[in-house]
Amino acid sequence: MTARQDVLLVGGGGAGLRAAIAIAETNPRLTIGVVSKVYPMRSHTVSAEGGAAGVIRPDDSLDEHAYDTISGGDWLSDQDAVEAFVQEAPRELLRLEHWGCPWSREADGRVGVRPFGGMKKMRTWYAADKTGFHMLHTLFQTSLKYTSIVRYDEWFVTTLLVDDGRVQGVVAIDLMSGRIQTITARAVILCTGGCGRVFPFTTNAAIKNGDGMALAYRAGAPLKDMEFVQYHPTGLPFTGILITEAARAEGGYLVNKDGYRYLQDYNLGTPEPKPVFRSMELGPRDRLSQAFVKEVEKGRTTDTPYGPVVHLDLRHLGERAIESKIPFVRELCLKYQNIDPVTELIPVRPVVHYMMGGVHTDNDGATSLAGLYAAGEVACVSINGANRLGSNSLPELLVFGARAGRAAAEYASSRSDPGPAVLAQGKAEHSRLEKQFLQTNGHRERLSVLREEMQQTMEESAGIYRNGDSLGRGADRLRALRQRFGALAIDDHSQTFNTERITALELSFMLDVAEAIVNSALRREESRGAHQRTDFPDRDDRRFLAHSLVHRTPEGTPRVEYLPVTITRWPPAERVYGR
Amino acid sequence: MTDGAGHTVHHPRWLRPRMSTYWWLQRRSYLAFILREVSSVFIAWFVVYLLLLIRAASQGAAAYQEFLNWSGHAVVLPLNVITLFFVVFHAITWFNLAPQAMVVRVGSTRVPGLLIAASNHAAWAVASALVGWLLLRGQ
Amino acid sequence: MADRITLQVSRYRPETDSGATVQEYEVPCPKDWVILDGLNYVKDRLDGTLSYRWSCRMGICGSCGMTVNGEPKLTCATFLADYAPGPVLVEPLRNFPVIRDLVVEIGDFMRKLVSVKPWIIRGEEKPLSEGEYRQTPDELQDYKQFSMCINCMLCYAACPIYGLDPKFIGPAAIALAQRYNLDTRDQGAPERLEILSEHEGIWGCTFVGECTKVCPKNVDPAGAIQQYKLHAAVEAVKAFFMPRGAQ
Repeated sequence: MTARQDVLLVGGGGAGLRAAIAIAETNPRLTIGVVSKVYPMRSHTVSAEGGAAGVIRPDDSLDEHAYDTISGGDWLSDQDAVEAFVQEAPRELLRLEHWGCPWSREADGRVGVRPFGGMKKMRTWYAADKTGFHMLHTLFQTSLKYTSIVRYDEWFVTTLLVDDGRVQGVVAIDLMSGRIQTITARAVILCTGGCGRVFPFTTNAAIKNGDGMALAYRAGAPLKDMEFVQYHPTGLPFTGILITEAARAEGGYLVNKDGYRYLQDYNLGTPEPKPVFRSMELGPRDRLSQAFVKEVEKGRTTDTPYGPVVHLDLRHLGERAIESKIPFVRELCLKYQNIDPVTELIPVRPVVHYMMGGVHTDNDGATSLAGLYAAGEVACVSINGANRLGSNSLPELLVFGARAGRAAAEYASSRSDPGPAVLAQGKAEHSRLEKQFLQTNGHRERLSVLREEMQQTMEESAGIYRNGDSLGRGADRLRALRQRFGALAIDDHSQTFNTERITALELSFMLDVAEAIVNSALRREESRGAHQRTDFPDRDDRRFLAHSLVHRTPEGTPRVEYLPVTITRWPPAERVYGR
Repeated sequence: MTDGAGHTVHHPRWLRPRMSTYWWLQRRSYLAFILREVSSVFIAWFVVYLLLLIRAASQGAAAYQEFLNWSGHAVVLPLNVITLFFVVFHAITWFNLAPQAMVVRVGSTRVPGLLIAASNHAAWAVASALVGWLLLRGQ
Repeated sequence: MADRITLQVSRYRPETDSGATVQEYEVPCPKDWVILDGLNYVKDRLDGTLSYRWSCRMGICGSCGMTVNGEPKLTCATFLADYAPGPVLVEPLRNFPVIRDLVVEIGDFMRKLVSVKPWIIRGEEKPLSEGEYRQTPDELQDYKQFSMCINCMLCYAACPIYGLDPKFIGPAAIALAQRYNLDTRDQGAPERLEILSEHEGIWGCTFVGECTKVCPKNVDPAGAIQQYKLHAAVEAVKAFFMPRGAQ
């Protein structure tokens, strides 16, 4: 079965919905399809808590936001992209306000801002501590207005259709019926988010499997900066559930087993009773996560059945402040750890949270494949460089979602519809999918076993600190896992809502993405931002002030090239926090 | 936004479990709800009875005495006892639910629901005490 | 403290089954496991054919609503140990058609959501250059509670009116309509009034109140509906006495 749209979005989260609305507003005559493997309001944007940065205070400036972002990214951010981003972020956040987003307010009715990690000034807009939830629901509900947007809810895209060097559609499984469908389009925008589930401990939901990254990678588009994986310093130990940075922005302390605010030992400033911008607990995430690892090595962390932890101390904030500013934090601690942050310490550890890397795009979301665009966490423009500052990813969805939408709309309006060659490819993919996983002879690998081994491999070889040996071993193990995946046996051979089949396809995407991460990390022989090599502990601007671009090869080992970083007004300098 | 207009929805046979006729027995709160609804029948009877009472009283002492005798009848008396139960039940549930239906503000703070319910009950108690006093002082 | 517990899970495979049956699985029961962890254990290690929805496992995406021992719950936020020694009956959410196993069809809600126009409706839009619409913290408080809905559908599963009459617009849709009606930036209350004051709109509700009881986010949809009834009644009276449009 075939359908057609002018522009197709893969993924219906913050970036996807913003792009869809942008297309609908730019060119109401274009038909827009939003294909999402979950209902849009389930997209992972919904769980973002802390806030979205945009310069609005008179004592703040775009240049300062840009500098914070660039230095936070350890100078791997493309500065022209960052300049465009900081300029458009406030407008996009304001546009969302006009669409009804319930931003928290000052007493006079103006939008309020709060301090956040790595930011020198207060510029983080917030909607209590459920910013992503409110942004997503505002975007989703607003998107319902546009009759040109058609949704394909719970359709899982398995491949991009490429013909004549152009991406011209997708093949997707309609979960409800199990039918395999081809949807042709003049342009496709990937908005599928990141890939935290490649690791065992993550804040990410089950749906973050790097689908779009793998789709683009397999279609021939390179992935950029995949070695840069962000660990969020404060996740709950068993579930990995995120305890927002806002808890530290409101004044929380990170203490080790001696009750000592250990960050002061790691060049992050001196402890003050109140939070100080870019210092101590408001330092950048990579440095805080690295400090944790050092504390473990020194034996100053607390052991739990789920590994070592440190503690987040919010007791001095008082119940009133906690209830009004970070009520969701309290709710999560009570519900999932049976701990009340008003009176007790919260056990936390770094957990994988965000992918700085992703599908390589330009500043308008265009990938190197004609007709293919990407926006949001799946993409790498790059504004986040080697380490993302908290509260930059939500405005990133809006700014680049809108840009990609507009660019794709323009591209689509001047292109012809896909032809029979594309449909034939779709048919071939149908046949392949129909036969996949059906063989039982000699097939005895289990899904959960392969997945857990992949996650263990990634944790051991590509964690917060890496070295050439661990990465090399990781690459070998991943290659072996790939082989074993070919002998996967699944229990469910039915058609209706077969989630096991989807999980298997997601695992195959994750194996590709894992391979890209490990190989990129192996080639980058320096330490920068979130990529820390114990065998190359220093930053090397001479060789590596460049983005890694990893291409899939038919032979097996991915090919890694380098693309210089765009520097405009901020020459590389030392990253300084706490001073 | 069109749902499904851009593609045909193929779907398998969905299961639609029927709701049992005795759904209201499945949870205590459902039962309480049904009783609350049923109480309106008894409230209606209460109103009719009150009107009959007033009419009898307006027709003189003899008619009134007849009415009182009739009220002691083996059917009417139990009926009125049950009715009293339902009227009280209705009033309690009504006052307890009232705060959910109205948002009362003093200045900028919202009056807590418990206070609204409590003040309703208090007013009812005062009114009942007043009526009781009026009726009994003539004895 | 038992360290294992039996899950009795409702199964329905439309290709082979004519109705739902219950299948039993024994799973570990550590004290920090939730029902969802039990289901994931079943799927990963015992029976890969079990289908259910889940995503964030932190009670914000709304995917994992199911009926646990007769009560609508988010399975990611319900501890398994609370049901020890068990068994625990896990069924799909009530009042929705069952597609497969624990997966229900929520298309009805999605259509009803659109029908109440859950977006800012204004006669005139303010240009971005003029900044934000001013809204005081108190004005935000007026509708904030109703904006917390995660669309988990537990309220629809608990509502006997919706169970008896699926045409009833339902708690979450009305609460979301009211969220916009009370938002100072919105001017669409008259438009929404038409849909909501239909027979299957707010007047279908008889204030059973179960929706509010089961809501995991304290949205209080029952409150939203009763408050809206008052408003709708006042509007009806005004329209009667001032038929030319009492805005």
